Amino acid sequence: MAKEIFVAKSDDLPDGERKIVPNGNSEIGVYRVRGRLFAYQNLCAHQGGPACEGLLMAKVEEVIAEDKTYQGMRFNHDEMHIVCPWHGWEYDLESGVMVADPTFRLRKYDVVEKEDGIYVLA
Amino acid sequence: MDIPTSDIHKMSVEEFDTKKLLINAARQRDRRKLEDVLIVDVDCHHYENESLRDIIQYIEDPVIKQTGLLYSGSGTGAQTPLLPGVVGYQDVSGRVMRYPLRKLEQTPADGTHRDVHLSLKWMDAMGVDYVSMFPTPMLLLGLHPQPEIEVAMSRAYNRWLVEQILPQNERITSMLYLPFNDPEAAYRMVEEFGDRKGVVGFSVVSTRYKPVYDNAYMKTYRLMEEMGKPLAFHASYNWNDPLLGATNRFLVTHAMGFTIYNAMHCANWVINGLPERFPGLKVVWIESGLAWVPWLMQRLDNDYRMRSSEAPSLKKLPSEYMQDMYYSSQPMEVPNDLDVLEMTFKMIKAETQLCWCSDYPHWDMDLPSVIYDLPFLDETAKRNILGENARKLFDLDVSGRFPDYTPPGGGA
Ligand code: FES
Repeated sequence: MAKEIFVAKSDDLPDGERKIVPNGNSEIGVYRVRGRLFAYQNLCAHQGGPACEGLLMAKVEEVIAEDKTYQGMRFNHDEMHIVCPWHGWEYDLESGVMVADPTFRLRKYDVVEKEDGIYVLA
Repeated sequence: MDIPTSDIHKMSVEEFDTKKLLINAARQRDRRKLEDVLIVDVDCHHYENESLRDIIQYIEDPVIKQTGLLYSGSGTGAQTPLLPGVVGYQDVSGRVMRYPLRKLEQTPADGTHRDVHLSLKWMDAMGVDYVSMFPTPMLLLGLHPQPEIEVAMSRAYNRWLVEQILPQNERITSMLYLPFNDPEAAYRMVEEFGDRKGVVGFSVVSTRYKPVYDNAYMKTYRLMEEMGKPLAFHASYNWNDPLLGATNRFLVTHAMGFTIYNAMHCANWVINGLPERFPGLKVVWIESGLAWVPWLMQRLDNDYRMRSSEAPSLKKLPSEYMQDMYYSSQPMEVPNDLDVLEMTFKMIKAETQLCWCSDYPHWDMDLPSVIYDLPFLDETAKRNILGENARKLFDLDVSGRFPDYTPPGGGA
């Protein structure tokens, strides 16, 4: 039976923000991005860094023209990445899957928002 | 401070503390009981440019010193002419956050140098007992067009390090920088500093264009061999190199750059028979990872079998000489198929020749767990690679941390 861990009152986790809550000998990072909540263990699948303490960055894409020529790079704000601050491994915010090698992923948790606040099911 | 990100999610950070950043490293240390394991880091770094004014005080040439002082002061708006500029963004454009945040970190004003405080913080978090510390921007000093600047800066740095930093804590040692573009100055450096406390060897930054087989270096190699001090070749990169100039992503510049110079010097070292001329000189290859070693071994063996007349001093295969050399582990390539790594370990005789290192605080640092968690190593091999091999290499007195130290596996 999963236990509920209180994260924050709804107003204390505004859009675009992240909160890290303790969970035993580890932590869970909880994000609200574009109205949706996501939660992951603060533990990188690489060398165990605090993945949720890093930057949240949009995916970088190459702009390739019809004639296959390279035209530069851009941010794709529809795909946000959790970036581990130790070495820069990037994880898809929605799924927790590592973007460069999907054999790795962050441990995902369910999040619920109730009247009195946000909870993680751990 | 604010770290610019891709959009609205700009990140605001008020404080930075290495201890907090490395909490998960400390948890790994405790779970694996690494406090009981001798861990010697053969390659970590500090940022000597943050102490540039102090270092410049040690420059003897009055004209170079005046120039250095002028540009290390505020107001000129110019970068110091004593260190070549660097193109590149090792921090993956701020994603590796300890780069932009390091200036926020507070250290006590208690007379102990900030670099010592910062080093001990991360060492304790990882469970590291001793380190061999290298500079950072000076890794490109061999590319300075004026050899006299390389000599002046490296001599000032070495004096500052030996007089001001190393005496502050016996856990911090160094393989001192050799100004390799001036062979006579390199010789004098070994002569003058070889016996100083905390000096465990000497290093050549391999990003340079002087061949290791030049006769001008022979007396320096002989002196190091006599002193029993190892010679390390420390990797770096040069994006302005005509070859690397054809790379357009730092990923490639780094993946290639940090291996090709060491591979080139290593091949020259072996094929010119230097291991036969200096059989007692221990040679260490630092910060090129490990994957290049099996590649070069196979290339050289294959060519040597066809062209041994070009390497007449050799009495065994090039790969066998390379198995007598030492390698630092970081950045250790960890393939999804660990059989590949296991074979690499076998080819380099990792149990006796491999020395773990962190490269901390640089972006591609490794924790001790990269070795300790490998399923194909037994406990003795793990302990050798994490500390014992380096203890022997440096002839390190570890009694300060382990008064009753016995080598792993009960060996001598
Ligand atoms: S530990 Fe997260 S990127 Fe390496």
